[in-house]
Amino acid sequence: MTEALVDIRNLNVRFHGARTVHAVNGLDLSLKPGEVLTILGESGSGKSVTLKALLRLLPEKRTAISGAMTVDGIDVMSLKGRALADYRGGTTSMIFQEPMLALDPVYTIGEQIAEAVCRHKGISRSAGMDVALDMLKKVRIPSPERRLKNYPHEMSGGMRQRAMIALALSCRPKLLLADEPTTALDATVQIQVLLLLRELQKEFGMGIIFVTHDIGVAVEISDRIAVMYAGTLIETGTTREIIRDARHPYTRGLLAANLHDVTPGTRLEAIPGAPPALDARPTACSFAPRCPEAGPVCSAALPPVLTPGAGRRVVCVPKADRFAGATSAAPAVNA
Amino acid sequence: MLIYFLQRLVSVIPVALGVSLICFMLVHIAPGDPLTAVMPVDATAEQQAEMRAAYGFDKPLPVQFVLWLGNALTGDLGTSIASGRPVADEVMRAVGNSLILAFFASAIGFPLGILFGFLAGTYKNGVVDKVITGIAIAGVSVPNYWLGMVLVVIFSVSLGWLPSMGAGPGGSTEWAWDWEHLRFIILPAITLAAVPMGIVTRTVRALVADIRSNDFVTALYAKGLMSRHVVAHVIRNAAPTALSVVGIQLGYLLGGSILIETVFNWPGTGFLLSNAIFQRDLPLLQGTILVLALFFVVTNLLVDLAQPLIDPRIRRT
Ligand SMILES: Nc1ncnc2c1ncn2[C@@H]1O[C@H](COP(=O)(O)OP(=O)(O)O)[C@@H](O)[C@H]1O
Ligand SMILES: [Mg+2]
Repeated sequence: MTEALVDIRNLNVRFHGARTVHAVNGLDLSLKPGEVLTILGESGSGKSVTLKALLRLLPEKRTAISGAMTVDGIDVMSLKGRALADYRGGTTSMIFQEPMLALDPVYTIGEQIAEAVCRHKGISRSAGMDVALDMLKKVRIPSPERRLKNYPHEMSGGMRQRAMIALALSCRPKLLLADEPTTALDATVQIQVLLLLRELQKEFGMGIIFVTHDIGVAVEISDRIAVMYAGTLIETGTTREIIRDARHPYTRGLLAANLHDVTPGTRLEAIPGAPPALDARPTACSFAPRCPEAGPVCSAALPPVLTPGAGRRVVCVPKADRFAGATSAAPAVNA
Repeated sequence: MLIYFLQRLVSVIPVALGVSLICFMLVHIAPGDPLTAVMPVDATAEQQAEMRAAYGFDKPLPVQFVLWLGNALTGDLGTSIASGRPVADEVMRAVGNSLILAFFASAIGFPLGILFGFLAGTYKNGVVDKVITGIAIAGVSVPNYWLGMVLVVIFSVSLGWLPSMGAGPGGSTEWAWDWEHLRFIILPAITLAAVPMGIVTRTVRALVADIRSNDFVTALYAKGLMSRHVVAHVIRNAAPTALSVVGIQLGYLLGGSILIETVFNWPGTGFLLSNAIFQRDLPLLQGTILVLALFFVVTNLLVDLAQPLIDPRIRRT
């Protein structure tokens, strides 16, 4: 068995401020080197927070993080100062949802890439610019010499995202975090960028944690999929397992809502209801109130972690147990 | 780039013309005859008409404007009714004194305002921010003539360290770069600097806090930059807006301050203006206002011209 590239154990993230938000609860995740894993979940489920926690980018004062995170043998939780800065962008780097907002508007693309390279490799500025040019070629930006001197506003959305990818990969990270990198792009550009990412992944061999709310994109890019709901990973498995053999009712609901071969006119089977407020740590299955299959046991206690296969993980009360001991475990339901 | 500069330069012409017209009209709209102040009470009708003709007040207004503008363009702003000296000379001397005062106020107010704003915006809602915001609000809201008088009471009357009025020893109005003259400018310069310092502080604070809340700042940390590198990015992002705020404030400073120059008897444009108003010295008033207004136009022009040099986002538009 190969050493895991990423190992996250029992990650909890809580924001306190005007309102307490339990954004991530007891998250376990691991990733092998060179593997592409997608975290799939609707908006607000804690995907971005998980990625930011992995880079320790959450506002320190207002955030309580607990658990263990190891990336390439580095204990991420204990990093600080220079070591943390070396880890960011060096071992693990990130591409963001909206490249227009994630690039500095008053620095040229070349400067922004070279800056990262110089910072991590300790090379001169002109050598950094050479690397930047090389990277722009790698992400296949047309006339890269000219684009090097462009500011972000002088490029199209797809081009900017390519530049962002060039920046993120410029220091050859072992792990790439991609936070909905194609959501802001047009459908055709979206596919090009996905193909590019997959190609670069093969070439560079880095592991990717990809975040999306789009099942189609997840299937396109990933080896494995982890489904997230209200701050909890509720099901993990290979892409094939998730598509063919989803176990969690939420995953099945998501798949049903995204079937592409529906007869025109029939309504998609969207999951009724809204995700729960995150103001308290869950004491039962967060999905139970919306779950068409839930029984009294589901809303009485935290669901168990089932492992139906190697690397497979489902957080759900087995069907047979959902009504067990209903009379004693939960207050009697008036019929 | 060159086209942008030319456009800006040309666009100033109608503004300057409009400003001149308003200056000219202002005084004619005001009630009362501009000559009554200087005319003997018992002047005969002929004497009055003669005087009016001498100052050109007998011609129709549009003709007066064109003549006045033509003269103004050649540097002739007429003759002061009260002193009988050329308005241009009086205004130029006052402008010189106001510029010196503005220079010192700028040297105090802008660096302080930018530094304070930067610190407060970086450590938003912390103790540093609270203290600085307190100072900035005080700077903006305390009436500056009152601040001037308080400073005079403390440093001139009680401690006797600095003179309370004038621009030089023995009532001299000629500036010189020595300690004897510097002593005179310290209090008025501090007083004049208070408001722009406060405004610059507050604007830069909001600006820096806003820039820091952008995603790209998170992204800068994500690529491994340390805080000190990120500061460089924040500065480059803040510079264009900070510059234009400073430019506008500079315009105010150059205009002099009637109240502060009066409190300290500083022989600048504000002081001249208040004299012109109280003595109903029409040509002096027109000339002073015109020069002040043109100062605003020119400083704004300079800011506009400087901005694309430091902000790539403006270059294309
Ligand atoms: N800095 C923060 N402070 C407080 N709450 C936050 C912060 N960042 C995210 N949240 C909350 O955490 C939850 C998860 O957010 P996020 O991870 O961004 O969701 P998504 O899955 O759409 O990426 C949301 O309820 C969001 O409001
Ligand atoms: Mg998100």
